[in-house]
Amino acid sequence: MAKSEDIIIDEVTSSDYKYGFTTDIESEDIGKGLSEDVVRIISAKKNEPEWLLEFRLKAYRKWLTMEQPDWAHLKISPIDFQEIIFYSAPKKKKELESLDEVDPELLDTFNKLGISLEEQKVLSGVAVDAVIDSVSVKTTFTDVLEKKGIIFMSFSEAVQKYPDLIKKYMGSVVPPSDNYFAALNSAVFSDGSFCYIPKGVRSPVELSTYFRINAANTGQFERTLIVADEGAYVSYLEGCTAPQRDENQLHAAIVEIVTHDNAEVKYSTVQNWYPGDKNGVGGIFNFVTKRGLCKGHHSKISWTQVETGSAVTWKYPSCILKGDHSVGEFYSVAVTNNYQQADTGSKMIHIGKNTKSTIISKGISAGKSHNSYRGLVKVSANADNSRNFSQCDSLLLGSECGAHTFPYIDTANETTVVEHEATTSKISDEQLFYCQQRGLSPEKSIGLIVNGYAKEVLNQLPMEFAAEAQKLLAISLENSVG
Amino acid sequence: MLEIKNLHVSVEGKEILSGLYLTVNAGEVHAIMGPNGTGKSTLAAVIAGNEAYDVTEGEIIYKGKNLLELSIEDRAREGVFLGFQYPVEIPGVSMTNFMRTAIDEIREYRGQEPLSAGAFLKYMKEKKELVEMHAKLNNRSVNQGFSGGEKKKNEIFQMAMLEPTLSFLDETDSGLDIDALRIVAKGVTALKSPDNATVVITHYQRLLDYIVPDFVHVMYDGKIVKTGDRSLALELEENGYDWIKKELEAKK
Ligand SMILES: Nc1ncnc2c1ncn2[C@@H]1O[C@H](COP(=O)(O)OP(=O)(O)OP(=O)(O)O)[C@@H](O)[C@H]1O
Ligand SMILES: [Mg+2]
Repeated sequence: MAKSEDIIIDEVTSSDYKYGFTTDIESEDIGKGLSEDVVRIISAKKNEPEWLLEFRLKAYRKWLTMEQPDWAHLKISPIDFQEIIFYSAPKKKKELESLDEVDPELLDTFNKLGISLEEQKVLSGVAVDAVIDSVSVKTTFTDVLEKKGIIFMSFSEAVQKYPDLIKKYMGSVVPPSDNYFAALNSAVFSDGSFCYIPKGVRSPVELSTYFRINAANTGQFERTLIVADEGAYVSYLEGCTAPQRDENQLHAAIVEIVTHDNAEVKYSTVQNWYPGDKNGVGGIFNFVTKRGLCKGHHSKISWTQVETGSAVTWKYPSCILKGDHSVGEFYSVAVTNNYQQADTGSKMIHIGKNTKSTIISKGISAGKSHNSYRGLVKVSANADNSRNFSQCDSLLLGSECGAHTFPYIDTANETTVVEHEATTSKISDEQLFYCQQRGLSPEKSIGLIVNGYAKEVLNQLPMEFAAEAQKLLAISLENSVG
Repeated sequence: MLEIKNLHVSVEGKEILSGLYLTVNAGEVHAIMGPNGTGKSTLAAVIAGNEAYDVTEGEIIYKGKNLLELSIEDRAREGVFLGFQYPVEIPGVSMTNFMRTAIDEIREYRGQEPLSAGAFLKYMKEKKELVEMHAKLNNRSVNQGFSGGEKKKNEIFQMAMLEPTLSFLDETDSGLDIDALRIVAKGVTALKSPDNATVVITHYQRLLDYIVPDFVHVMYDGKIVKTGDRSLALELEENGYDWIKKELEAKK
């Protein structure tokens, strides 16, 4: 009940901000551009087995034959792949002397998010005397996981330690040929996370990339693979609410999830990449392929995302409901402001019998931004008694932004029930007046109304994440009143 | 505390208030009555700062300040409260969170420390009891799915929480059953102090049995045309507004 608000009331802001920082590794670039040689160099630098090099090369050759998709409701200037550096080991950031050297706008945002001074320093790369005690946290954390037999490490490390698992599952949900950006990622992926939950194990903690050593700089082509064996359960958190800047403009990640019989994976994301300035200059292009395979019967995958950052977001976390009685869920809040563009949604592919999916999408557009929902519900002939419920709501702030909904439904089975609801609303002057009459500033009023609107989705997030996400939503929409 | 002089207000070029005068002192209770559409709600909205209305002439002085120069939220923070005739719904925002945010903002404006979570919850509980609000209503979204009477009670609850200096209650009695009316009136009376003032807008003298006014005003055609005491309300209840209209015509 109303858990996210209770947290605010409990003043959780004073608690630790979950973010880490670990980089000691020397910088190692290989120069700009992409070629078969570059792919070979990447693989060699990572000391990869032959089969993985083959995987990369095949993906690269496939990519060469593909074209950048243009079906999304996005305006993107062409990407020059020969201008991109495809391998750059995590760099040690230039240490700054004090917070005075940090972009004041960034500090302002940190303050609003309630990040402590010490952590602000860490986040912005200022030298700190007393480093946050994250090492000890990590150690206890690793102990807990090891006892349960949970594998959680960087992708590169897993390639060395658990090649069989990687070989078995990598690309089994998102094949390299899936789409242009998936092919690119498969050819040049830098690093990422691997997580395996053994049979019958429920992860006692939420797994967050924060806890993985050296997770801070996995680079622009990240790859995540999560496998939940029979009866296993894990809740996985990606991203953080602190604004993230990066010199890499293009980000193309892949996330694959596999659940076996009776297993469940809950995947939550808060994405707050740099969106560009108020005039739409700069900002990250974020092209992500996220897909889960409910392989076993009675298995479940649920995606929850809060998307506030990036100049361009192209992202459709999806579920393939293969096992009978499997369940797929997608809960999303996507905010666009200024000149941001987002084209996001979900695909639910029903293959097994009695499969069930839910899509709840809340788009919030402000400024001159464009926010699109794109969803596909596909039911194959054998998927008897499958059900889908989709709800796509759009909230507009101001009159210069756009909200678009593209729901596709494709059913080949007569026993299927598919329900789709869509609404478009504006924040009414009456609501704003009411809030302001009670003493709230226009910004606070909008923040409150928007969080209320997104509540159904925010409630899906793990507690502390939800409180942070609430603040983030309010901040993302600042200066959008008028 | 409040002094309104020669107030002219229009909406989309149409004049609704045309030369209204009203003085309210601390410690007083005023009642404003008058036929539908004469501008009672408009007056309350202008006091609160609703931007849909244009003030074309006149002045409003509140606690020695020019009220018209203050933003909506600053008026509220200075102690102006409006009990809405039609409270709006805010889906997904719980009453608790709403009030918490409002009180934080007001305290910050006044240079006060924020209330701790514990102190806030305790304070809210007290105020809830004052208006005999169901505990459950606080976990529900602001006014969403509230019955007509619950919405009105909720306005008084918010008034109790915010402890305003000047309250305009716009038909807070409409749609209340006898018990709720008594509770609302009891709440308003309990909140009365020598430092604050209340203006109730109503169609029924019944309310005034419970909230005894120092002054009763009759509004007609965008002006206050008659002022009296309690007995004026009884007279209106008995005879309607026709005699006032006739008096006015006779003057012309
Ligand atoms: N926003 C608006 N736009 C157009 N006309 C308005 C607006 N607000 C008020 N009016 C008009 O101004 C006049 C006065 O309205 P107001 O609501 O102030 O009356 P009232 O005295 O409160 O009536 P009631 O007793 O029915 O509540 C009415 O004719 C109404 O239609
Ligand atoms: Mg009215």
